[in-house]
Amino acid sequence: MILVGRSGADDVLIRGARVLDPAEGVDAVMDVRIDGGVIAALGVDLDTSGHRVIDGTGLVLAPAFIDPHVHLRTPGREDEETIASGTAAAAAGGYCAILAMPNTDPVVDTTDVLRGLRARAVEEAEIPVGFMAAITMGQAGAQLTEMGELADAGAAAFTDDGKPVATAGLMRRALEYNAITGRILALHCEEPSLTRGGHMHMGAVSAELGLGGWPSLGESLGVAREIALAGDTGQPVHLMHLSAIESVDHLRRAQEVGVRATGEASPHHLSLTDEAVRSLDTNFKMNPPLRTETDRKALIDALNDGTIAAIATDHAPHSREEKDVPFEAAPFGVTGLETAFGALYTNLVLPGLVSLETVLERMSTGPARIFGLDVPRVAVGATANLVLLSTEATWDVREDDFLSLSANSWLIGERLQGRVMLTIAAGRVAYQAYEA
Amino acid sequence: MTDLHVVPSGLRPPRGSRRRHLLSVADLGRDDIERLLATAHSFALSQERDTKKLPTLRGRLIMNVFYESSTRTSASFELAAKRLSADTLSVKASGSSVEKGESLKDTALTLAAYDPDVIVIRHPQIGAPQLITGVTQAHVVNAGDGKHQHPTQALLDLYTIQSTLGRLEGVQVAIVGDVLHSRVARSLIQALHLVGASVILVGPPPLLPADLAPVSFDIDAIRDADIVYVLRMQRERMQEGANYVPSLHEYTARWCVTPDRLRPGQLVMHPGPINRGVEIDARVADSDAALFVDQVRAGLVVRMAVLYDLLTTGPVLVEVPLEVA
Repeated sequence: MILVGRSGADDVLIRGARVLDPAEGVDAVMDVRIDGGVIAALGVDLDTSGHRVIDGTGLVLAPAFIDPHVHLRTPGREDEETIASGTAAAAAGGYCAILAMPNTDPVVDTTDVLRGLRARAVEEAEIPVGFMAAITMGQAGAQLTEMGELADAGAAAFTDDGKPVATAGLMRRALEYNAITGRILALHCEEPSLTRGGHMHMGAVSAELGLGGWPSLGESLGVAREIALAGDTGQPVHLMHLSAIESVDHLRRAQEVGVRATGEASPHHLSLTDEAVRSLDTNFKMNPPLRTETDRKALIDALNDGTIAAIATDHAPHSREEKDVPFEAAPFGVTGLETAFGALYTNLVLPGLVSLETVLERMSTGPARIFGLDVPRVAVGATANLVLLSTEATWDVREDDFLSLSANSWLIGERLQGRVMLTIAAGRVAYQAYEA
Repeated sequence: MTDLHVVPSGLRPPRGSRRRHLLSVADLGRDDIERLLATAHSFALSQERDTKKLPTLRGRLIMNVFYESSTRTSASFELAAKRLSADTLSVKASGSSVEKGESLKDTALTLAAYDPDVIVIRHPQIGAPQLITGVTQAHVVNAGDGKHQHPTQALLDLYTIQSTLGRLEGVQVAIVGDVLHSRVARSLIQALHLVGASVILVGPPPLLPADLAPVSFDIDAIRDADIVYVLRMQRERMQEGANYVPSLHEYTARWCVTPDRLRPGQLVMHPGPINRGVEIDARVADSDAALFVDQVRAGLVVRMAVLYDLLTTGPVLVEVPLEVA
């Protein structure tokens, strides 16, 4: 079992929603009945006896989301996020599962740390969570972790996220050895000698502002390395938080020649450009940085054609005191779990750039397949992993409203259209935006 | 006492309740620059009298908060405030609670408790002035934030050029040296573009960002310029391993502004402090072509104008009719 957390056996009947499961080819207005946490019936005018009835009229019911890139900050920075708060935030964002990054303090690089987290998640997690383990001890880039033991203990995948695996030689060895685990290596692509001192995308805006540049090449050179190593070893790689057109081009060509490489993109890279940094608001500082409109369009194209198969928030909580500093002094990272769907609906679906179906697929089926997780489905017999969405409702993103312990969101003060009304994760109602 | 004239309405500060700051030249329009230079000009005339102090900002508090060492900027802001009869308070990072680890936000909140009308801030990190605007009610003046902006330097440079050449429109300026790390250059390039002057950047390729203005790697490119603006070559940029230029020797050999690289009539400016024998030859620095002292003098009246402008919203009272380019 990779995912651990609360599950349930709720009896719910969702009445009259537009049921939309692009992967299953379902798009129809009907009722969905959940018996003991399992989808028991789809149809019209289903019997309600004994079930909690939720009116889905005018709403969309879809497979719930999976976020393969979340920083839960536990252990070490429980003031910024805990398993409980992070999974509650995820539930509010429509997620039925998340994968947590291992760059904690201590790093998740031993089975003891991993087992401890999994035990806590059983108690605390509002939705199931999988924990990734580090590729190298302490993410120091010198010594491989006990990947076999960690996989046996439930590691969801392996990553040194936050930084690249230091050398090509060690990366190659990790890929070779990883053949025994059946898990995937999720890679943070960065060439540090090109990005040192970088605070934003290197380009016209950084030249004008005087902020140190983090060039596209700093990412795409790393992407090229990982793809070459994946091709050489025949092992799969997953490339995280892609931001640059050059990276997308590398990935597309690799896939065309059969290299087992997948990619993810974040709502902020799909929505914003480096122009946002002119405000010097530290909630526009992320790694990799926001890039140009050309890059954003390339990410959107890649999302549409499937080159990028997953949307991942890279939810990175930071305390207020860490972000209330001059831009240059601020750490990288923004939160995103609770705003992902609204941001994507507002910035991609409403302007006609990406269809609702594609967004839903890339937030659910896509990441599930990459990481070998059960695909959330609207089908009789499947565990209920469902999200009820309003595509009409607008809401204002307010600092005080987050369930996350941190509020370093790039959307504070914005009005979004598209809202999560209900989340059912692993058969249990994990979030409800209103009283039924 | 000479007659007082009111500056034409086109030169009035923008009205409105929004608190104004001077954070970046990018926030200014050509009207703003012309208004500020005109105001500075009127203050320059006042500075020719025996009694140089004006009552204009009596009772106001100007706070100078400097997290980086500074001679001319901090001195001229302080003197500018005093010449306008404002109270001044200077806080330096060394010897303050900053050394005890207090965050910029907390320092700002503490200083804000004294209700300053203006906070003048210099800080090594980009975005520090923006942070101050969010946590205090003061007007904020950016006196230099990292490599980002130093808007009053750009204004005093424009003032110096205008006073010397009698115009700004069409003036050709060559900026020589380390543009990449220079907040002075960033502000000045924007300001020169706003007033219709042209700019070329000259220096070693790694130190010239491509997106700001035309560039040349050849020092001969300064020949067409009316003004050769020399930037300080910071020694730490030339340390071994930094590799912006291979050595100080190579920089000086190729890009030092020497007498034989200038043609007669060209004027030389420098934001200071200068490194004689590095970016500028001592013979140039000591020649009549150098406007360094004019720049310092301009710094006083321009900063008086900035403080005055931020704290007044009515018509600007001046002592003579103005001729503004």
